[in-house]
Amino acid sequence: MRLGHRKLVHRNWILFVILLIGALSMLFPFVWMTLSSFKTKADVYSFPPRWLPTVWTWENFKAVFDMIPFLRYYLNSIYTSVLQTVLVMLVSILASYALTKMRFPGQRTYSMFLMSSMFVPAVVTMIPLYLTVSAMGLADTYAGIVLPQISTAFTTMLLSSFFAGIPNDLLDAARLDGCGHFRILTKVVMPNTKGAISTATLFSFLTAWKSYTWPLIITTKTEYRTLPIGLKYLVTESSSEYQIMMAASLMAILPVLIAFIFCEKQLVRSITLTGMKS
Amino acid sequence: MFIIPVIQVIQLSFTNYNTITGSMSAAGFSNYVYLLTGSTSEYFYQALGHTAIYAAVQLTFDVTLALLIAVMLDANVPLKKFLRASYFAPVVVPIVASSLIWIWFYDVNIGPFNQILSWLGLPACKWLLSEKTSLMSILIFSIWKGLGYNVVLLLAGLQNISDSYLEAGRIDGATGWQLFWKIKLPLLRPIVSFVVMMDLIGAFKVFTEVNVMTPDGGPLRSTMLIVNYIYELAFTNGRMGRASACALILFIIIFLCTLLQRKLGGSKTVDLD
Repeated sequence: MRLGHRKLVHRNWILFVILLIGALSMLFPFVWMTLSSFKTKADVYSFPPRWLPTVWTWENFKAVFDMIPFLRYYLNSIYTSVLQTVLVMLVSILASYALTKMRFPGQRTYSMFLMSSMFVPAVVTMIPLYLTVSAMGLADTYAGIVLPQISTAFTTMLLSSFFAGIPNDLLDAARLDGCGHFRILTKVVMPNTKGAISTATLFSFLTAWKSYTWPLIITTKTEYRTLPIGLKYLVTESSSEYQIMMAASLMAILPVLIAFIFCEKQLVRSITLTGMKS
Repeated sequence: MFIIPVIQVIQLSFTNYNTITGSMSAAGFSNYVYLLTGSTSEYFYQALGHTAIYAAVQLTFDVTLALLIAVMLDANVPLKKFLRASYFAPVVVPIVASSLIWIWFYDVNIGPFNQILSWLGLPACKWLLSEKTSLMSILIFSIWKGLGYNVVLLLAGLQNISDSYLEAGRIDGATGWQLFWKIKLPLLRPIVSFVVMMDLIGAFKVFTEVNVMTPDGGPLRSTMLIVNYIYELAFTNGRMGRASACALILFIIIFLCTLLQRKLGGSKTVDLD
C-alpha cells in the first residue's frame, strides 16, 4: 500500500523525458511548417537549414492567393463542410431518435444494416456512386460533393448509444404533458445529450474538411475544388516553392488547429467512443 | 445508402463498362480473369503485395510503439495532457496538408532529411524518387500519422483497468513488469485486437498520401497500393468494370481479415467509456 501511495506522489521523470522527445518529434513537422511559411526563398534553400527566418515575411501567404484561386477553394471547403455537417447531424439525430426511442417494423434489421455499412470501405461504393452522381448531372456541383458523403452510420451509432441512455420514464413524463415526438426530441433528448451532439458535430465537420478522395473524383473544374484538392495541385503548380506550399498548408490546417486547441478532449472522446462497440 | 451501390458494383464487375469509349456490355467473369491472369495481372499482384507489406510494417510499428507510449503515458508523468495531444495531433490534420510538409522533408536536394544525412557524413537518399525507398518513405509518414490514434485508444483502455486488479497483484507481490504482462496486457487484449483490426482495415484503404506524394504510383509503380490501382483503372483508364471487380476483391479481403480478427481476438466487446 505504501508503495502505491508513494507512486502517486513520485513523478517519473525518466519516462517524461522519453515521452517529451517523442512528442516533440511528432510536432516537429508542424513547427517546421509554421516557421517556414514566414521564410524567404533564400532561407529555404540555405545550407545548413535555418530554424528561424532571417526576415519574417508575409509574402508567401500573398503568393498563395496570387498563384492559385485559394480564396475560392477556401470558401468551397467552408461551404461544403458546413452543409455536410448540418445534413449529417440532421439525419443522424433523427435516425438515432427513431432507432432508440420509437418502435417500427424492421427496426432491428435496419440497425444491423447500419452497423454493417461501417465495414464497407468507401472505395467499394465509390465507382457506382460516381456513375450515379454523374448521371444525375451533379458532377462539378456542390450537391455532388456533399450528398453522397452523408453516410451517417458512424454518427448515428455514436448518438444512438447516448440517446439509449436517457430513461424512458423521462420521455413518458413529457408525453403525459402533451409533447409530440418532435418536442420530446428537441426539449428532452437533445438537451440531455449536448456533449455527445457537440462531439459528433465537431467530428463530422473535421471529416468533411479533410475529405479528399470523393471531391477529387467528382470535381474537374477548378471553381469547385475544395482545399485538399487545391493543395494537391499546388505541389505541381508551385514547382517546389516550399515556403508557399507551407503557407497554404498552414492556412488549410488553421480551423483544425483551433478546434484541436479548444476541443482536444472531445476529439479524443470521439475516437475512444469508436471503440465502444466493435 | 450503401446497399444499392454494393449491388451496383457487383453488377458493374460483370460488365466491360468503359467511360472513355462509352461501351457497355455483359462481360461475364472476364474482368476477374483479366485482373488475375491477364497481360497486366502483374500490376494487380504488385499492388496487392505492396498493400500487404504496407499493412504488415505499419501495423507492427504503430501497435508496438503505441503500446509502449500508452504504457508510459499511463505512468505518473507531468504534462500528460500536452504529451497525449502531441501524439494525437497528426491524426486530426488533413492528410494532404501534412503530406505537403513531408514532400519537403523528402526533397533530395533541400529536404531536412538529406541535410541531416549529409551533416552526419552519410550518402544522400532518394526517398520518394527511387523505387527502392519510395514505399518506405510513404510508410514512415503513415506510421507518424497513425500512431496517435492507437495511443489514444490504448491509453483509454489502460486507464479503464480497475485499480482493484492491480492492487490484488501488488498484494501478491507482483513487480511492475509482472503487473504489465500478467494483468494489464491480458485485460487490454480486446482493445489491442480492435486496434490491430482498425490498422489492418485502414491499410487496405490508404489512398490520399500515396496520391499526393507520388501521383502516378511512384517510380516503377513502387508505391502503387490497391486503392490507387483501383483509382487508376477507374478514373485514369476509364475501365469501370475492371475497377469494380478489383474493388470487390478488396472488399472480400477486408471482410476475411475482419472475420479472422474476430476469431483470433475473441468477440468480447470493447468498452472504453
